[in-house]
Amino acid sequence: MSEPMISVRGVSKRYRLGTVGMTSLRDDLQRLWRSPTSDPSNHGDFWALKDVSFDVEPGEIVGLIGRNGAGKSTLLKVLSRITEPSAGEIRLRGRIGSLLEVGAGFHPELSGRDNIYLNGAILGMSRAEITRKFDEIVAFAEIEKFIDTPVKRYSSGMYVRLAFAVAAHLEPEILIIDEVLAVGDQQFQKKCLGKMQDVSRREGRTVLVVSHTMPVILQLAHRCVVLEQGEVRFTGAPAKAVEIYLNETGAGTSVHFDVENTQRKFMGTLDAKIIHLRFPRTLPIFEAHEDLRFVAKIRARDRIENARVSMVVFASEGTPVGACFSDGVLQLGPGEEAELEVTLSDPGLAPGAYYCGVAIGKGSYKTGHIDFDVVLETLHFEVCAAPGEDTAVSHWCHQWGRIVFKDLAVRQSSAELAGV
Amino acid sequence: MHYEVVIRPNNSWLTTDWRDLLAYRDLLWQFVRRDYTARFKQTILGPLWFILNPLITTVVFAVIFGRVMESTPPGIPALIFFNSGLIAWNYFSALLASTGNTLQGNVHLFSKVYFPRLIVPIAQVVSNLIGLAVQMLTFGCLVLYVWLTDPAFKNLQFGWTILLLPLLLLHVALLALGAGLFLSAITAKYRDLQNLLGFFINSMMFVTPVMWPLSTLEAKFPESYELFMILNPMISIVEGFRLALIGAGSFSATYYTLSVVSSIVLLFCGLVLFERAARSFVDQA
Repeated sequence: MSEPMISVRGVSKRYRLGTVGMTSLRDDLQRLWRSPTSDPSNHGDFWALKDVSFDVEPGEIVGLIGRNGAGKSTLLKVLSRITEPSAGEIRLRGRIGSLLEVGAGFHPELSGRDNIYLNGAILGMSRAEITRKFDEIVAFAEIEKFIDTPVKRYSSGMYVRLAFAVAAHLEPEILIIDEVLAVGDQQFQKKCLGKMQDVSRREGRTVLVVSHTMPVILQLAHRCVVLEQGEVRFTGAPAKAVEIYLNETGAGTSVHFDVENTQRKFMGTLDAKIIHLRFPRTLPIFEAHEDLRFVAKIRARDRIENARVSMVVFASEGTPVGACFSDGVLQLGPGEEAELEVTLSDPGLAPGAYYCGVAIGKGSYKTGHIDFDVVLETLHFEVCAAPGEDTAVSHWCHQWGRIVFKDLAVRQSSAELAGV
Repeated sequence: MHYEVVIRPNNSWLTTDWRDLLAYRDLLWQFVRRDYTARFKQTILGPLWFILNPLITTVVFAVIFGRVMESTPPGIPALIFFNSGLIAWNYFSALLASTGNTLQGNVHLFSKVYFPRLIVPIAQVVSNLIGLAVQMLTFGCLVLYVWLTDPAFKNLQFGWTILLLPLLLLHVALLALGAGLFLSAITAKYRDLQNLLGFFINSMMFVTPVMWPLSTLEAKFPESYELFMILNPMISIVEGFRLALIGAGSFSATYYTLSVVSSIVLLFCGLVLFERAARSFVDQA
């Protein structure tokens, strides 16, 4: 096999605490007076990166994940030669194009056209190269009509689209992208994702991408590097890496929800209590059209009969999406515990983030409904588009709601010539 | 194509990668274009300001120093005298002011994208040439005007000295670049000094024979004259411009050579300091 495109060997980056930020002239003059050993401003060092090593093969998309402050951005800065490592060595076997912030170097007074040339040149493209790709860039950014308008009059969306378009049409062998997908509307994000896949698959270029959006990482990356406090925690399969990352970030992204002692917003009779909920899988991520299955552990205080489980699904911003009640089939004696497997068969949820409210209770409208226990805001999960799925639209627009209806039947009776 | 970049901590003195600089030459032109376009967007007179600015200054000087203080040397029309001095000085001060802020002024860019940092100040050298060229033209028109109206014109000696102009231009550009890189490196580290930059440039004009002839300095401070000449390389340059343009002034080859040497030393120091500062300042900004 060929050599790795990027090889990072023992890279460390130190920041001096206490002197982070500008030293003023006065500080330095004072330091001259004092002996070097009694320097008070040296509160110690902070290692943003500690002995980081990994390789990226040609044509690979590698995801870089980690919590805030794990050193992702520092690593990208070192890789893109914005700052120097304090130790270690990086070999890049190709030109590098980094997109740490979209639109770096855009000048508000210049037209879109001029900015394409300026930004392209800043990113290392030659004038001829930009001219050759100009039309493609403009079409990708969807700003044909405004190409000669100063970018200061652009909407923020147009601005971002143009900036990404320029960078995406760079032809470096290595493309570095930091969280830029967090910008632009959903449709454009989708387009960017597609472009990145193209860049790697069709053009054989190497991509290093940082994102906090796990479905994006899962969809894009061939391999992941997990950073934790400046060190490489894991290198390998994206699914495993995402799992490690999610476990590390703790509650909210785990598949276990210990709800025994959480605050209840609605007080039930507590004849029975929900003590634990979990998704029986490694990641709280479901593909579209998958059954939503979870396991609930309940403990009865008194004898309960004909009890039922009910659940409400909320979109992450709090909008209720829908609810469902099971039949009253649960029987438990006093002090007994039971695990219930609850399955909501294909709720048809659109891609996005959701959470659930779960309740156990009994009775009906006629006999009088009683809630034993209600747990709100639990079972956080994400729905991502099924890979390889070919649909009519490229993305799900949230204005259409959160449910993808299952089927729309259309029958054509006959065709006639209209009019005379 | 085999291409390989090695990134490792760098402790060497002068690390300018000239090949890299050459590879980014398109960027240089883009920066020049940007400077030019951005400067005159939404101004009514546009590039006319290149002419108006020095012209207004020349007239002000001619009135204040020529008429009121009578510091013009005898025999040279005031407009010509001041304008010939201003050509060199304006280029120098504009270039110094813009390159002296290279690092601070481009933090947003430098902390996001890599390209050879030196491209920015070098682009300034070129962009400011536009202003210089227009001023030269204005000067030509002025000469024409004086030739038609002022009998003192016959005192001027135009001739072969004009051939010195390209050399002088290169000299002033390198001096301003060197000083600019130097200042940029220290203002990036000590921001306090940034506030002094404008003041520094202004006061330097007073010790440069822009609005008074060098002979005045020699006559009034004969004992410290030499010190002035050594410390301020711009004196010889301005006098050189006067010699080249109007064949007047007190040009001295010895002091000029000294000025060339100190400019080269300053440029070298500026380069070293600038490259050093450029590598680390992003971490501190």
